[in-house]
Amino acid sequence: MEYTAAPFFKRGPSLFIRFAFFCLLSIGVLVADARLGYLHLTRQTLGAVIYPLQRLSALPQDVAGRISGFFVTQAQLERENEQLKRQNLVDAAALQTQQTLVAENRHLRQLLGLRERVPRTAIIAEIVYAPRDPFTRRVAVDKGSQHGVKAGQAVVDHIGVVGQVTRVFPWLSEVTLVTDKEQAVPIQVLRSGLRGVTFGIGYDGTLELRFMPVNADIQNGDMLVTSGIDGTYPPGLTVAVVSNIERNAAYAFARITCIPAAAVNGFGQVLVLSGDQGFPQNVAADKAASVNPPKPRKANE
Amino acid sequence: MIRLASAGSNPQEILRPVRLSYVAVTLLVALLLNLVSLPGFLQLLRPDFTALTLIYWVVYHPRRVGFLPAWVLGLAMDVADGSLFGQHALAYAVLMYLAILLHRRIVMFGMRHQVLHVLAILAVAQAVMLLVRLLDGAQLPGPLYFAPSIVGALLWPALFNLIRVPLRPRPDADAV
Repeated sequence: MEYTAAPFFKRGPSLFIRFAFFCLLSIGVLVADARLGYLHLTRQTLGAVIYPLQRLSALPQDVAGRISGFFVTQAQLERENEQLKRQNLVDAAALQTQQTLVAENRHLRQLLGLRERVPRTAIIAEIVYAPRDPFTRRVAVDKGSQHGVKAGQAVVDHIGVVGQVTRVFPWLSEVTLVTDKEQAVPIQVLRSGLRGVTFGIGYDGTLELRFMPVNADIQNGDMLVTSGIDGTYPPGLTVAVVSNIERNAAYAFARITCIPAAAVNGFGQVLVLSGDQGFPQNVAADKAASVNPPKPRKANE
Repeated sequence: MIRLASAGSNPQEILRPVRLSYVAVTLLVALLLNLVSLPGFLQLLRPDFTALTLIYWVVYHPRRVGFLPAWVLGLAMDVADGSLFGQHALAYAVLMYLAILLHRRIVMFGMRHQVLHVLAILAVAQAVMLLVRLLDGAQLPGPLYFAPSIVGALLWPALFNLIRVPLRPRPDADAV
């Protein structure tokens, strides 16, 4: 079966020694990465090396998209054109009112002595592939540190919040979806103005609105928008719609399930929003932290 | 031991020598297949082609792939998957160990029993990854977690024949 000659004398370390060596090496790498946060550069380098493969892997999807785009019918195009025109009309009307509102808002903020909101810039990115890791919910998008993407930036699509950039490679970045386990988004109920935080469930693509009292003013179908108090997500972006509420007086909090508004499972284009909100530095807190570093706390459910 | 050559899946047929470049190409193609996005449900069932190809080379040509390339491939998978750095590398080290340990045995079995061996190796590799993630604080995934191993094992005969296509001896032009 094998044409190369077998080594005449048994050389090198035994199988078990080799196995043990690579196991220990892997465990060392795991600990260095997961616990100590080293090896950032190694990951970046390997990421750059396999980048051509990652782009190549997106090819079938592109080709499929082009082919289906080629065979689209006239009637379909007409329908879509009609729909877009109508949408455009609605948007134009909303935009006109918004322009007056922006001017009015600026004026009011000046009158009240409030700081103006920093306008955000956005980078258009395309979802390249969804990693096969079953423990997390992430997607990879085709813009990276070379295009100015930074870890921590918010990612939205045309409907609402998709997630947050969590890891940046030179030409790619990883976006953790809002449905990922423990991915938190500060929200506000659009109808009542109630503030809260949604957490991704992780396994079924829904969100949970936690720490809401049993008698909180929330109804099925309520729209949840970002509250903007975290400094990551700009205020007013749609996050989710409440789909199910269980109020059980035996528990302190209601169990509220929400469905994400954005197409978090789809493949398409997204916007990466710049993270700079121009918040003033919290000097007092920084000083206190440097004098007396707080112990890192784990979030309890 | 001589067996009658039942064309197709005779594990002991005579093959042309294997070039290292061919091994590298198959492993890269496997890595590529691991990265391609599949729609919804298929994504959950997609086997780990890299692991499967590694098992093939280790079982049938044990001196062609060593621990180091497998380990580096594991790291590449970790970067591509965004999983913990070293998770796939550890799983592939375990997989290599089992495959090298069992390779003399596996080739003696017929396809059906080989599938079972491969299933066991793939499942152990996945279990290693599960253990790593649980230690890192992940929650238990659903029962579909091991589906890729089953699909991978079922694909073993197809992979076996596919990899061997360029290795089968060409009909000799000088033959009388």
